[in-house]
Amino acid sequence: MKSLIRSAFIALIIAFNQLASAAPKIEHWVTDSGLRVYYVNVPELPILDARLTFAAGSAYDGDKAGLSGMVTGMLDKGAAGLNADQIAEAFESTGANFSTGAARDMAWINLRTLTLKEQMQSALEIWQKVIEKPAFPEADFERLKKQALVGLQAEKQNPSSIADKVFYKNLYGDHPYASPQNGTEKSIAALSTKDLKAFFKQYYVNKNGQLALVGAIDRQQAEEIANKISKALLSDNKGEGKKAAPIPEVKPLTEAKTIRIPFPSTQAHVMIGQPGDKRGDKDYFALYLGNHGLGGSGFTSRLMKEIRVKRGLSYSVYSYFIPMQENGPFMLGLQTKLSQTDEAIKVAREVLEKFQKEGPSEEDLKASKLNIVGGFPLRTASNKDIIGYIAMIGFYGLPLDYMDTFTDKVEKVSRDQVVDAFKRRVHVDKMLTVIVGGKAVEKEDAQEKQ
Amino acid sequence: MQQNKNRSLSPVRGLRSSFLISSLTSITALTILSAFFMLNTYAEEDNSKSSPVYEALLDNGMKVLVKQDKRAPVAVIQVWYKIGTSYEHEGITGLSHALEHMMFKGTKKHKSGEFEKLVSAIGARNNAFTSQDYTAYYEVLAADKLEAAMEIEADRMRNLVFDPEEFKKEIEVVKEERRWRTDDKPSSLLREQFNAVAFLNSPYRAPVIGWMVDLEGMKVEDAYDWYKKWYTPNNATLVVVGDVDPEKVIAMAKKYFGIYKSNPLPEVKLRTEVEQKGVRNIVLKLPAKLANLRMGFKTPGMISAKKGEVEKWEPYALEVLANILDGGDSARFAKHLVRGKAIAAGAGAGYYGYGRMPNMMVVTGTPAKDVEMSVLKKALLDEIEILKTELVSDSELKRVKAQVIAGEVYERDSIQHMATLIGSLESVGLGHQYMDEYVPGVLAVTAQQIQDVAKKYLVEEHLTVAELIPLPLNEKEDKKGAK
Repeated sequence: MKSLIRSAFIALIIAFNQLASAAPKIEHWVTDSGLRVYYVNVPELPILDARLTFAAGSAYDGDKAGLSGMVTGMLDKGAAGLNADQIAEAFESTGANFSTGAARDMAWINLRTLTLKEQMQSALEIWQKVIEKPAFPEADFERLKKQALVGLQAEKQNPSSIADKVFYKNLYGDHPYASPQNGTEKSIAALSTKDLKAFFKQYYVNKNGQLALVGAIDRQQAEEIANKISKALLSDNKGEGKKAAPIPEVKPLTEAKTIRIPFPSTQAHVMIGQPGDKRGDKDYFALYLGNHGLGGSGFTSRLMKEIRVKRGLSYSVYSYFIPMQENGPFMLGLQTKLSQTDEAIKVAREVLEKFQKEGPSEEDLKASKLNIVGGFPLRTASNKDIIGYIAMIGFYGLPLDYMDTFTDKVEKVSRDQVVDAFKRRVHVDKMLTVIVGGKAVEKEDAQEKQ
Repeated sequence: MQQNKNRSLSPVRGLRSSFLISSLTSITALTILSAFFMLNTYAEEDNSKSSPVYEALLDNGMKVLVKQDKRAPVAVIQVWYKIGTSYEHEGITGLSHALEHMMFKGTKKHKSGEFEKLVSAIGARNNAFTSQDYTAYYEVLAADKLEAAMEIEADRMRNLVFDPEEFKKEIEVVKEERRWRTDDKPSSLLREQFNAVAFLNSPYRAPVIGWMVDLEGMKVEDAYDWYKKWYTPNNATLVVVGDVDPEKVIAMAKKYFGIYKSNPLPEVKLRTEVEQKGVRNIVLKLPAKLANLRMGFKTPGMISAKKGEVEKWEPYALEVLANILDGGDSARFAKHLVRGKAIAAGAGAGYYGYGRMPNMMVVTGTPAKDVEMSVLKKALLDEIEILKTELVSDSELKRVKAQVIAGEVYERDSIQHMATLIGSLESVGLGHQYMDEYVPGVLAVTAQQIQDVAKKYLVEEHLTVAELIPLPLNEKEDKKGAK
């Protein structure tokens, strides 16, 4: 019955307003111990998705690069008297999926389980244990360190990973976003379980976390789960803990810089960029909308037309802003066979420079709006989509009506606002360019290419 | 996050077992689910069950499959053609995929570039993918925009314009794709050459992207010829999943696709792989940092069971076997080789059992730091041997089955996944009804059957081994390394 009413309701909205997004209804509260909770009830499928996030990404690694990732990697290697085998067994024997990860701003612990009573209870219990008392066993840690070193070797044989690493390093300089997420040989070797425990104790706390819950559970169940997780986070005398210290502001680049890294590949991997914008940025919508037509919309974007369709220079070419806690990168990327590298870069720069100066045409802007607004329902079509959004809204403290007002805000952006935002925020004369591929060139040559 | 749109070859490797295991659906799954766990606490209304697949056959032979999912006001439309690398012959490898690229150019009605504008204006996400057995095109969109997408798909089924100038540029894009996807990725190169050696005459030996020399020799006429031969309604399946009315979709399909005549299709030769009579070994030496191992045993596919060539249970037993080895962190490879002995940085097993022709059980591995490849290779083969001599435990079997059941439910969360499943099963000849057989098929597998298929198929006579030996990445290391 419920679904019938819901779809009738949706049909009604669509009939009256083509722009209706039917965004999911987010319920938000804070547990007694200070954990912020974001919950959406989706009754149709017997699934619960849970995601616990903390401001504990690589931006908090300090001088111990790779620490945040090692912490998430170690969570399921031992907890509450169980070893890694037993924990894996406990999750998987109920069909549950457990995963963890870390990016620059955040670290997360995910669970997906069926909502059948026994399965859900059992999966949540083990999830809670892992969150409450990870043991960080020495033997597992030594093994994980070795695996991390293999991971670093894998990065070194991948031109795209090399480019990415060099790009972040040079874009951010001494800012914490420069820290290599997977660490370095040296930093990984120097890590100890003591470091991991201290990091866990400081950052995996109520006041520094958010819990997102999506699925076929009711509000009361959601509250019970939240209370249990919140209580688990109090263990080891952590108390409610503290919010992580704010990430420092990102300094803009002061001059253009080109870095060439030789590599025995058939293609050059090119990244061009600068610091972009942040979550909740006043220019977010203008930059997002503008970039859609520049390089964010696939085949209708200018970059794709000029680089791929007209010239056949690259299979993939794109530009995007990655808004983060502080200014994440604005970047443009492509890959092309070595002999075409300079041509491809030249065309990409021309497209970018023209766009930065003139902005999109009214027609292009209209097309971008149509695509973004018309495609909006796709963004929350699945439980997985929904939890992604509410976890993001929760983590970055965006308004709860973020999804409801998104298309409206896109619609309201004018061409002048896009032009203005790109003029103020994008500096084509101070871009960082990273090129990986080709033979080593003499120093002077490299300089000249700037 | 990344907005670059790739003409994807997504299921390039065929349907990996992990794909199918976590993706099959069934209208009866929840019933089975409750029965399996011996409880029925989840007592929701009818929507706890997956809706059925509506099927229609147009007069011109085009099949239409529709599945309703009203959770959100969105839909996915996919047009599947039974054409892919396995229909190609040597010298024209990659042609199906190159044609896929050309399908995004102009038609008689819409000039080149207009297509993308139209699709963008209705807020759709679109792309296409080519595999060994099929090529598919899709739009994901607001459900009320379905008709516009269907019109576009119908138009390009028969009215594509082949401009030689555009082909010249597009084939360069395809070559860039090949460099990006394969030539600069050591593990992809290993996989490519592994397949070419494992299969002597089966068309599965060729890469979906095509050999570079074949791309270099490809002409616009080749693409046009391929299009004329294979892009016809009687070789196509339309799949729509989402908040749609099946009857209306079928009527719409008649309106847009029903106007085309059916055309005779070329004969597809059998090309059954000759029986392998002993182990095949190859070594690849490449500039790289990590050693890599790929081993494959020839196995029957689900299709072999459907044709009555092997027992019905055998492919299911192979599927479960793959998951005993590599079905998560509690499976044997992770438990014994990655943790336990700590000799693998990574190890995987996958049953490639869902193509239109038989394929392999593939085992892969990367040695842990300072571990010799031979040690890892032996350990992986030892794990296979153990399957032949010891029955898998009840708890392992139960774990795999629980995962399959849960995976079936999880995958219903994505309408794209559902549509892809329906379309691929239909296109390889298993039929979409196979979705209903999958979960019961897996649940019926016994420990004895796993041992039986291990003994029968995972034998050295049918084994191919490919090893990647890293060479130094730069000249400096080269000099240091020279002896």
